[in-house]
Amino acid sequence: MGSVAVLEQSLPEDPAARRRRGIPRGAWVGIVPFTLYVLVFLGGPLYEVIYGAFTTTGGSLTWHNFSQTFSQPEYRSAFEESLKISVVTSLLGGFFGVWLACAVVTAGPRSPLRRIVGSGAGVLAYFAGVPLAFAFIATLGRYGEATTLLGHVGIDLGASGFDISSLTGVELAYVYFQVPLMVLLITPALEGLRPEWREAATGLGASTFGYIRHVAAPVLAPAILGGLLLLFGNAFAAYATSYALVGIYVNLVPGWIQQLISGNVLVDENGIGLALGVEMIVVIAVVMVAYGLLQRRATRWLR
Amino acid sequence: MSAVAVHLDGLTRRFGELIALDELDLDVAPGELVALLGPSGCGKTTALRLLAGFDYPDGGRVKVGGVDITDVPASKRDMGMVFQAYSLFPNMDARTNVEFGLRMRKQPSPERRARAEQVLGLVGLSAHAGHYPHQLSGGQQQRVALARALAIEPSVLLLDEPLSALDARVRAQLRGEIRSVQQRLGITTLFVTHDQAEALSIADRVGVMHEGKLEQIGTPEEVYERPATPFVAEFVGTMNRVAGRLAADGRLEVLGASLKASGPQSRAAGELVEVLVRPEALEAVADPNGHATVAERTFLGSFTRMRVTLDDGSELLIDAASRRGLPEPGVRVSVRATGEDALVSGSAHGLTPAAP
Amino acid sequence: MAILVLAAIFFLGPLISAIRFSLEQTNGKDGLGNYTQLLHNAALGGSLVTSLEIAALTTAIMLALMLPTVVWVRLRLPRLALLVESISVLPIVIPPIVMAAGLATLQSHASAGLSNLIFSSPLTALTPVYVILAMPFAYRSLDVGVRAIDLRTLVDAARSLGAGWTTVLGRVILPNVRTAVLTAASLTVALVLAEVVIAETLLYTTYPVELVDTGQAQLGVAVALSVLSLAITWMLLLAISFIGNRGASRARIGRLL
Ligand SMILES: Nc1ncnc2c1ncn2[C@@H]1O[C@H](COP(=O)(O)OP(=O)(O)OP(=O)(O)O)[C@@H](O)[C@H]1O
Ligand SMILES: [Mg+2]
Repeated sequence: MGSVAVLEQSLPEDPAARRRRGIPRGAWVGIVPFTLYVLVFLGGPLYEVIYGAFTTTGGSLTWHNFSQTFSQPEYRSAFEESLKISVVTSLLGGFFGVWLACAVVTAGPRSPLRRIVGSGAGVLAYFAGVPLAFAFIATLGRYGEATTLLGHVGIDLGASGFDISSLTGVELAYVYFQVPLMVLLITPALEGLRPEWREAATGLGASTFGYIRHVAAPVLAPAILGGLLLLFGNAFAAYATSYALVGIYVNLVPGWIQQLISGNVLVDENGIGLALGVEMIVVIAVVMVAYGLLQRRATRWLR
Repeated sequence: MSAVAVHLDGLTRRFGELIALDELDLDVAPGELVALLGPSGCGKTTALRLLAGFDYPDGGRVKVGGVDITDVPASKRDMGMVFQAYSLFPNMDARTNVEFGLRMRKQPSPERRARAEQVLGLVGLSAHAGHYPHQLSGGQQQRVALARALAIEPSVLLLDEPLSALDARVRAQLRGEIRSVQQRLGITTLFVTHDQAEALSIADRVGVMHEGKLEQIGTPEEVYERPATPFVAEFVGTMNRVAGRLAADGRLEVLGASLKASGPQSRAAGELVEVLVRPEALEAVADPNGHATVAERTFLGSFTRMRVTLDDGSELLIDAASRRGLPEPGVRVSVRATGEDALVSGSAHGLTPAAP
Repeated sequence: MAILVLAAIFFLGPLISAIRFSLEQTNGKDGLGNYTQLLHNAALGGSLVTSLEIAALTTAIMLALMLPTVVWVRLRLPRLALLVESISVLPIVIPPIVMAAGLATLQSHASAGLSNLIFSSPLTALTPVYVILAMPFAYRSLDVGVRAIDLRTLVDAARSLGAGWTTVLGRVILPNVRTAVLTAASLTVALVLAEVVIAETLLYTTYPVELVDTGQAQLGVAVALSVLSLAITWMLLLAISFIGNRGASRARIGRLL
């Protein structure tokens, strides 16, 4: 799971800082360690991925790896599944997340409900990964509590075709961290809705529906859309949960990358794994840029 | 548009133990502007919200134009409300904000557009019709909010500290504009503020609230010059507390002058009482044999305020028109009351009559 | 309010199931068997020690790298603030598996000397990249903390009293951004203890990797451990939300979680 939500709070630049424009001579030395570190430890692996994706094992430039990812049905199918699971879980997560966040925000900023949901959402959204998968196995796995419980009332989950170690199971588990992530992302925007807007709208003759349609929904739209994009990127990059639930042979792009680079298949297919990696980065980068643009719009209104 | 009267009758609102409004009665004549003045937490906003229908009373009735609207929902009350700040819809430009109420009333687009332009012109913002709230200054935002409230031709205009987020200059200017628009349209208006200068300068009548009750309501002059209670006297303007002695025939001996006593009259002649005197109703004259010393002198533009220490240790504030020759700090002075009447606030505990 | 009930079922359901499941023993009776087994599991214990070492080192490097950078940028290079921030947030567009792929390739190409230096132990191999993964969290919370104080005045005052830069950083700034530092550190620790993809791909047996492996053989034990992990992380974050509420930069730090 990504650390994506951090982007969320684009704080307005402080005006004093803006006035002190210009780089004092010699001051750049202060960020040399940081820059070097990033260059080596982020740039290094990144360079390997990109270089490997565009070259043959012999070192000559090639487009072959990418064309393979587009032409081979297994990679295309993995990409489709990855996109599908990302779209479905971000829509579900977005819908329930907004709904839940509304309920929590109306409880007031210092209510215990708020704190519990807030910190609980933090755990589930960012750090649950593997433990989450086991919680699901304990619930809906073959010997899971819910499976047993349903068995007692005559519903056989296994016979109905449900399997927690399938893509449907993975989807369910993803929703489990997508909802809390949406709650975290959308809460500031919901808090930014001023009670005055509602009262002003009512005073001017609007019904509750009129207020939501003409004011609340348009004001929240950029934040919600941005949240959905982030959820999409989050699900697209996620791998820990599906790895723990299904293992390396899950039909998602990250699963294929791991298979390809771990040498579980032919050695010269390493480059294809790296090409898939580059494609993932491109997809997520596009999503993040769109998110950034939307975010700027959202914060403009909610200052 | 014919103006309507507003009538609040025994309005009560409780929040748990706290009584925010305590049987508030208030009558506003058609076309009148009444300012509700009071310290923070005295229930001004609560009263306004009950009138607008955003909140419901625990007791009492609200009548507008003779019709009881206590149970009418806010969206059907036909009142224009301007909030303290941030009430403009951020996703709409100024014109669309102003059109909003008309849109809710299903007016066809060309008409409401024309109306919006017209009202924006009224508040001097025609040039900014296409600007979004975040592109407008605080003063401009409040003007748009006013235009939005006026666009629906409300029967009553409610303003809840509409100027408190603005700086002093803009505040004074916008205050004048609100007043002139209100008078031109002849719209019944309730204006809430905790700024006494604002209330006194804008209103036909000022109502001073204290702990959920109306202490006094009257013209600005009445409230300032003849405060009905010590609370009003001290909240509106500055007051000195000095000791005085009641004489016969309702007169009062204060600081060597004989004034007409107002306020509670149930006291016997000769009794020592506490008297409230405005700084501008006192005069300090340099006098080597005086009983007071000037402690501090502050130039405040058109007038100068002096802090004077009496020999018994008590202090008085005295305002004088700024001119050369006012006594310097450290100079001995004698203090005299120059007004015609003074408010008796209670018995004088701990006060000794100052010698003239 | 219906959503609260729904959410309670959906979110508490698996958690409660996991707790119940972890209390079922192989002998059919309920008890703490799975938890006591944890204590006897040497492999798990060893991997936990490894992960904690990595977490400590990662946190130390992260702070040593990021705090001076954030302070310096705010103080002397406000013009570059946006750039540094963008770089710090960059790792989020790179999925862990892609990072792992890059590292694995690096590993296979590395000379023997480099291999011995870096890839011979999980501590040296994983720590540098975990610092990178923690950067977005860390930068944001530190930046929020540093913005909440009047940095320039503090530094000017300390410098005019004769303090050197190390003193300024350690004795003046650090105590004033304690909450932010604590937040950044906790998030880093949580991240290290949860990261499985890179470690697994590079074939290091860290705690989360061992957790997955345990699940293959002893599901009950793995579930018990998962329950503990979730509870501990949650309490950590809950504690931060309370500490953060006392600090000046409360709303913003709270929002990060
Ligand atoms: N929703 C509420 N719940 C509980 N108490 C409230 C609520 N609204 C107002 N009060 C209380 O009622 C009292 C009157 O509040 P009100 O907002 O009317 O004061 P105000 O005169 O408008 O003050 P200010 O000048 O500060 O705006 C206050 O003590 C306030 O704390
Ligand atoms: Mg108020």
